[in-house]
Amino acid sequence: VENILAQAKKAAEAAEVFQVSSEETSVQFEANRLKHIQTKQSTSVALRIIKGGRLGYATTTEAGDARSLINNAVETAQFGMRAKFELPSPTTYPHIDILDPTVESTPIEKMNQLGQELIAIITGHTPDILCEAMVEKETISLRLINSRGGQVSYRKSIFSLGIMGSLIRGTDMLFVGEGQSSCHPLTQPREVADVVLQQLELARNQASIPTRQLPVIFTPRGVASAIIPSLMTAFNGKTVLEGASPIGKRLGQPVFDPRLSLWDDPTLAYRPHSRPCDDEGIPSQRTPLIEQGKVVSFLYDLQTAALANTKSTGNGSRHGGLPTPSPTALVIAPGKTPFDEMVSDIKEGLVIEQLMGAEQGNILGGDFSGNVLLGYKVESGKIVGRVKNTMVSGNVYQLLKEGIAIGNQPEWVGGFLQTPHLYCPRLSVASK
Amino acid sequence: MTDIQAASRQLAQAVKKYNADYIEARLEESQRSHITYRGKELESVGQSTAIGGNIRALVKGGWGFVSFNELNDLPHRIELAVKQASLVGKEESKLAPVEPIVDTVATEQDNPLTIPLAEKKQLLDEYNDIIWRTPKLQTSVIAYGDSHKKTIFLSSSGSFIQQQRTDITLRLSAVAAEDGEVQQAGLSLGSRGDFSSMQGLRREVEEMAKHAVELLSAPQVKGGEYTVVLDPVLAGVFVHEAFGHLSESDFVYENDRLREIMVLGRKFGSPELNIVDSAAMPGLRGSYKYDDEGVPATKTYLIRQGELVGRLHSRETAARMGEKPTGNARAINYQFPPIVRMTNTYIEPASASFDKIIADIKEGVYAKNWFGGTTSMEMFTFSAGEAYMIRNGKVAEPLRPVVLTGNVFTTLNNIDAIGNDLDMNQGGGCGKAGQMPLPVSNGSPHIRIRHCLVGGK
Repeated sequence: VENILAQAKKAAEAAEVFQVSSEETSVQFEANRLKHIQTKQSTSVALRIIKGGRLGYATTTEAGDARSLINNAVETAQFGMRAKFELPSPTTYPHIDILDPTVESTPIEKMNQLGQELIAIITGHTPDILCEAMVEKETISLRLINSRGGQVSYRKSIFSLGIMGSLIRGTDMLFVGEGQSSCHPLTQPREVADVVLQQLELARNQASIPTRQLPVIFTPRGVASAIIPSLMTAFNGKTVLEGASPIGKRLGQPVFDPRLSLWDDPTLAYRPHSRPCDDEGIPSQRTPLIEQGKVVSFLYDLQTAALANTKSTGNGSRHGGLPTPSPTALVIAPGKTPFDEMVSDIKEGLVIEQLMGAEQGNILGGDFSGNVLLGYKVESGKIVGRVKNTMVSGNVYQLLKEGIAIGNQPEWVGGFLQTPHLYCPRLSVASK
Repeated sequence: MTDIQAASRQLAQAVKKYNADYIEARLEESQRSHITYRGKELESVGQSTAIGGNIRALVKGGWGFVSFNELNDLPHRIELAVKQASLVGKEESKLAPVEPIVDTVATEQDNPLTIPLAEKKQLLDEYNDIIWRTPKLQTSVIAYGDSHKKTIFLSSSGSFIQQQRTDITLRLSAVAAEDGEVQQAGLSLGSRGDFSSMQGLRREVEEMAKHAVELLSAPQVKGGEYTVVLDPVLAGVFVHEAFGHLSESDFVYENDRLREIMVLGRKFGSPELNIVDSAAMPGLRGSYKYDDEGVPATKTYLIRQGELVGRLHSRETAARMGEKPTGNARAINYQFPPIVRMTNTYIEPASASFDKIIADIKEGVYAKNWFGGTTSMEMFTFSAGEAYMIRNGKVAEPLRPVVLTGNVFTTLNNIDAIGNDLDMNQGGGCGKAGQMPLPVSNGSPHIRIRHCLVGGK
């Protein structure tokens, strides 16, 4: 890596080398039985240069072949975007706990046992369910150095436990599931299982729902599938810079319900999306996005921040390409309303646990529309059964404008979002 | 560059020496380039090279899999895969028999990576200029990517197959905005490596940009059931989501209840309905000669005259269901084991003209072009890039993009007209089990579906 940087410095005004290596082992179950064990080793090196004021970029899995990597980057720099930023000079980084060495040393036998236990709890409740489960451990090493002397490296461990169950009766199919991840080994399959058991309980009976406007409760998983895709786009500094974010010009203004607060937080200890710095070497920080309904900030990487005359929020992430603004872990502040109270408030309505296809519409404009893959009918304050062949449609900005209620029990969803339940008094429902 | 040829020669001998029911290895060498624009500016341009491989071992019905991009210490990696498989295996291994194949398959296309970046950029500049000539345009995104991949597959039963493939994708989208309202329209194209098929699209790009602006004043449809007509592009996405995924046998083979539902001979649609998956059709994005288990590609009828007649298999699912392998085991790259996937999936054309299909619809929705699609097997959704009301047998005013949903056990049966104008859409990418986007194509003629549920206000 040092050698690549040294040679790249000779070919360009500025250079940055980013190396990621990972080792991952997963134990996978199919049809309630152990089926696969997989190990993946991977290393890649990305070189970003500024030459003639323009960005060049290349990646390779062959760190030994510095010459072709540099040639590829130099070739692209003829056409690259004008670099408006400077790479960071040496700085200090916050200490964030994200490595637990016992993840790497967890034996495969232990992972197998964890998966078996998880499946046993679910099949103990519903004997004819078929489960796919996965227990996975991963250790990631990251190193970043640049031509201004900036450098950082860290290691991170991730342990995940996930399950998906299918229950088929006639031509009726029910899918339930949950997953959790942490930088510590997960040892309590019960926590994952409990979410699934509750889904099975609530979906035990079927119910029908009319086509009209109805009150709707989004569970934490429902929030993730319906509401988050639009917000992620809208708070991306790039969308704002282009003028394509509906909230881009409303900084400081009340746009959402005054009870709503949202922030991005890569500094939480032992969370899988935490890190001491972003993929450009900018120290991590907690970035408030919505404070009591007001839009307070957007997410930036170096280049986007420079173009927008602001500072990077440390949200430059690489998804196999150049860094781009991305949330790390989003957190919605809990409110005061217990879930049971939301349900008892509804005469006729819907609880949405999983919405399918919601991200396929005009998410830029905040529209979402999806099939209720898992959701329950509420009748006179009680959940009475699962609804099927039902679509809900709405707009995130109208939905979160006012009159919502916010749950008091936040949960992590997929490692990237912590949110309570959200209640909205009116949403368009269409059913067969 | 490490030589995957040398590594493959070493592996071909080594895989025969271990105590496993079956061992295979895949080695890959790939190059990619991409150019993206956001707004008027080129945003990112980059080139990458990758090399890597994997070993997969089967012992008593259990699989071990090891992937790597350091090609040293290969015997150790085989040992690890065999050890993992042994930890899993407790029953009998079953793989449908295939003849060992030794073959070298060249690409039918030139490598798009040899085309200078300047030439690709010039084309994209031209398209971006067209987009930006449209008034009320807020921003645009253009993403071009191409790749060339060389794969060597070898197995303990003596197969040694070298294949190359090239792939190109081009996605364009235009975003229009006015008074806090934001709307977008997109175009998604792909090719099995033929750069010239990305050229000459000025008119389509112009129409896309105009459509984004048009949507600003378009109404949202009222949610409910409609008679819906799908164009060939969207009907292709529909067949992929509504039926294709359910015919992937890895969902079915260990699930007795699903096997009962998906019993061959079950009626899913009218006698006019024929659904096919075929990697053997040449020149499409889902085409190949051998799959990633070294099984020759086939043309598989999934539905013939409305009845379930076949499904897609890997060697293991075929053996466990007592059916013939179809050559549908695919892996997105060396970091993943092959799983059962679609290739080129389509509804065969029938006789109706488009005019005849819409003629007797009093009020319906004409949905065109695709934005996305997903399935949970029984229920599925797919979203249109463009939508219009149909009124009294004529295509009428434009609508905001619509999301449609269906249920596999009723929606296919509700197809009551199939057009004569089959067209294959090459712009798609399919995701399954973390492997995304896999190059596929799908297609159909225009089709009409009664009682289709549409999301709306």
